[in-house]
Amino acid sequence: MSDKTIKAPLPGTFYRRADPGADPFVSEGDSVQAGDVVGLVEIMKSFHEVKADAGGVVERFLVENEDTVEAGQDLAVLGD
Amino acid sequence: MHRVLVANRGEIALRVIRACRELELETVAVYSSADETALHVRKADAAICIGKPAARQSYLNHDALIDAARRSGADAVHPGYGFLSENAEFARRCEAEGLVWVGPSAAAIEKMGDKAAARRLAEAAEVPVVPGTHGTVTPEQAVSAGVRIGYPVMIKAAGGGGGRGIRVAHGAEELEGGAQQAAREAEAAFGNRALYLERLIEAPRHVEVQVLADGHGNAIHLYERECSLQRRRQKLLEESPSPALEPSTRAAMAASAVRLAEAAGYVNAGTVEFLLDDAGGFYFIEMNTRIQVEHPVTEMITGVDLVKEQLVIAAGEPMTIAQADVSQRGAAIEFRITAENPDADFQPSPGRIDGLELPGGPGVRVDTALYDGYSVPPFYDSLVAKLIVWGRDRAEAIARGRRALEEFVIGGIHTTVPFHRRMLADDGFCRGEYHTDYLAMSA
Repeated sequence: MSDKTIKAPLPGTFYRRADPGADPFVSEGDSVQAGDVVGLVEIMKSFHEVKADAGGVVERFLVENEDTVEAGQDLAVLGD
Repeated sequence: MHRVLVANRGEIALRVIRACRELELETVAVYSSADETALHVRKADAAICIGKPAARQSYLNHDALIDAARRSGADAVHPGYGFLSENAEFARRCEAEGLVWVGPSAAAIEKMGDKAAARRLAEAAEVPVVPGTHGTVTPEQAVSAGVRIGYPVMIKAAGGGGGRGIRVAHGAEELEGGAQQAAREAEAAFGNRALYLERLIEAPRHVEVQVLADGHGNAIHLYERECSLQRRRQKLLEESPSPALEPSTRAAMAASAVRLAEAAGYVNAGTVEFLLDDAGGFYFIEMNTRIQVEHPVTEMITGVDLVKEQLVIAAGEPMTIAQADVSQRGAAIEFRITAENPDADFQPSPGRIDGLELPGGPGVRVDTALYDGYSVPPFYDSLVAKLIVWGRDRAEAIARGRRALEEFVIGGIHTTVPFHRRMLADDGFCRGEYHTDYLAMSA
């Protein structure tokens, strides 16, 4: 089954944590609900939440923390 | 001083390069891998890539910047604004590496960066500060302190922070009850019932004074900039003269700013920020130890090139002007054009510029690093252009602003040009009647 993805809403720098000392919003293997925050995109010095638009299990991230991402780019694969 | 490394990007990097060129100083640009096509890279004499797009890995990377200065043979560093411009550690590192820092000393940056120390310095220099308690008070002492401070007064918990638990009292009765309650809550939340009181300046204006000081004992002001038009504490446009200042207040504020610079032993360009209340009272809030985004407003009304003065002062020479040479001529307004959509809650709008037509003609200046076909990267500040207009009086400056904003075309991305057009159609703005909460209250 699957594969849904979580996409970047905006271009910028992707973060998996709220701040460098914090735990990741989600880890691979975690279940998420639609609307859960899975990361942040920093664009022009402002931070925007990346939310899952469907529920599922985060199978794997396709980008690293602090990677540069494009708008609409797949960030993580969501399984059932 | 022969070769200046410009530790910045965008329009301010270009601005510094222009000043250097007029002084026959060579320039070295630095850029991240996201800025290979940026205009400042092409306009400098040399350019060095200093790292990846994220500012932490490039424009904020001390080692990479020092290394670029070494490799390029630069003997001075101009930090522009933002990034490392008020980073005392980096300023000190440059000084230690034998590089001239085009700005105040690391010690001065530190002194002014410590808000409590800056306030003490201001009080010692007889510069008015926001009235408040010296240290903490008990709820029982609050009422007599309130009489001295003046109402309305803010009650803050000494153990709190970030605006938590702030109450406002408009008279003695409210203060007595509010202080008791604030102390009980503070004791429960922080285990500390001590309180601070500070006068609440309602709907204040934000007015700042530009100063210049050199290493030869000269310190002057270049009048004020009115910066009250803000959205979420971000300035949107600035003007000079302030429409709110009486001549006597202007003179007193300017003299205060010079006294503070002198008391701090400050050298180079700086800005002293004040809150202005509706009775003409002004209160020091902080000093910015850098060139500011809105410096062209001052350049337009005084004719002084502030960035060139910064370079002259940093080279150890006396500044080229005296106080008597500086007059406030006409009126100037700066519009900050950012890559944001004013019709979608100012959402950032980076991307490729498709069609660029800059305004021109009498009294119009545009500071920008945009060109047609350039892609505005998503990694940095959203400021993409500054439009500055000058007129013999405020009415002419506004008319020129309207005309220039009509001419201004930036295709391909959303910008705040439409927002500024609307501001110049706003009666309150055109009458000069606005304060720092003006946009929030009219929204």
